[in-house]
Amino acid sequence: MSLDDFLLAFFSLDILREAWPILWLGLQQTLLLSVIVVPLGLVGGTVLALLSTVHHPLVRWPLMAWVDFFRALPPLVLLIFIYAGLPFAGLEVSALGAVAIGFFLNTGAYYGEVLRAGIESVPRGQMEAARSTGLSRAQALAYVILPQAVRNVLPDLISNTLEVVKLTSIASVVALPELLFQARQAQSVTYNATPIMAAAVIYFLLLWPVVRLLSRLENRQLAGRQ
Amino acid sequence: MSNWDRFLDSFFNARVAWEYLPRIVDGFWLTILLALCIIASGLAAGLGLAVARSLGLRPLNWLIVFLVDLFRALPPLVIIALLYFGLPAAGLSLSGFAATWLSLSLVLMAFAEEIIWAGITATPRGQWEAARSTGLSFLQTLGWVVLPQALRMVIPPLTNRTIAITKGTALGSVVAVSEILGAAQAGVSFSFNPTPLTLGALAYVVLFVPVVILGRWIETRFAWKR
Repeated sequence: MSLDDFLLAFFSLDILREAWPILWLGLQQTLLLSVIVVPLGLVGGTVLALLSTVHHPLVRWPLMAWVDFFRALPPLVLLIFIYAGLPFAGLEVSALGAVAIGFFLNTGAYYGEVLRAGIESVPRGQMEAARSTGLSRAQALAYVILPQAVRNVLPDLISNTLEVVKLTSIASVVALPELLFQARQAQSVTYNATPIMAAAVIYFLLLWPVVRLLSRLENRQLAGRQ
Repeated sequence: MSNWDRFLDSFFNARVAWEYLPRIVDGFWLTILLALCIIASGLAAGLGLAVARSLGLRPLNWLIVFLVDLFRALPPLVIIALLYFGLPAAGLSLSGFAATWLSLSLVLMAFAEEIIWAGITATPRGQWEAARSTGLSFLQTLGWVVLPQALRMVIPPLTNRTIAITKGTALGSVVAVSEILGAAQAGVSFSFNPTPLTLGALAYVVLFVPVVILGRWIETRFAWKR
């Protein structure tokens, strides 16, 4: 195969021009989806992390089982189970609904672990000092502990968010028209690999700054440890 | 039939479970095989890149950093789609298994390089200098003095990342690999009953819950103690 053939198959400008409206819709869906599922996961994770501050065995063990269960189950399995399984139980869910539920359960567990580590990194004295100034337990958690916890695990939180945005590509499997799904559609219409290549380039341009930022944050964290 | 009976008949149907259990078990072994291949090649390639990066050749390092950034930024499913649906346009057809293996190996390679490199840079300079002054060559120093310390330091993040990427084997179902999820989905469409999905989810839980717990244990066992 000549170089021209290769360029024509993967980097054809004509195909790109033709596929662009479809890809653009997909990109918008991917961004919209990220804006929905990241906050959902953060809310779920915050609840799990706050629950982990309760040391009662009746909270502790079910919580640990919950988190480990959803960390053990691959997100795609969870998504397929919700999307293809629940209708058999008489519960019809839309693709978006299935993605939202699946991501809430899966990424919530991951965010929960990150935030729990953050809360545990805040010295006990902070809670005691906050309580002794007259703050309630909830106030102390919200105004004193959580802000410090979040700052301590910021690189992990950003890293997890990057993974969540990348993970939205599995929504293509349940026919949600996000970027990868649209690219596959365009590819099967044009019989050309350019749309998928274009989708990959878009993902890279979108997420590369985040990867760079993370790399720097991680190095700084490591330097701080020495 | 009450709702509860219908629910049991759908998700925990003994007849369907018995019929499709052998295929799920086949999928289970295929998942393990795929996972082991990915872990072996991904970690080896990551270690190789980290060693190459420690040579300090600037153009080579730029290339390595770019490769690492690329495979950290791209969603695994997009890489799989590109290799499986895109490469045939270049006259190169990969099987679903090969495409999934190669994609996830590249992703694991990128993350492993980043983590191992962090460990190498975190090893105190004095270790290098002392080892070199005893007459060890550069590569001997790296192999016998620096890497053992660096690898020990990065075992927890490396384990967690390896587990997370290995769970991506479920993505193989999208490109017709009959690993657990693929086998389960085929079972659902043959039997019109979601029990194979329940079995599949159980198989993942059986496979990954011990791994997640192992990861948790390793995290406390090898925690940063400096």
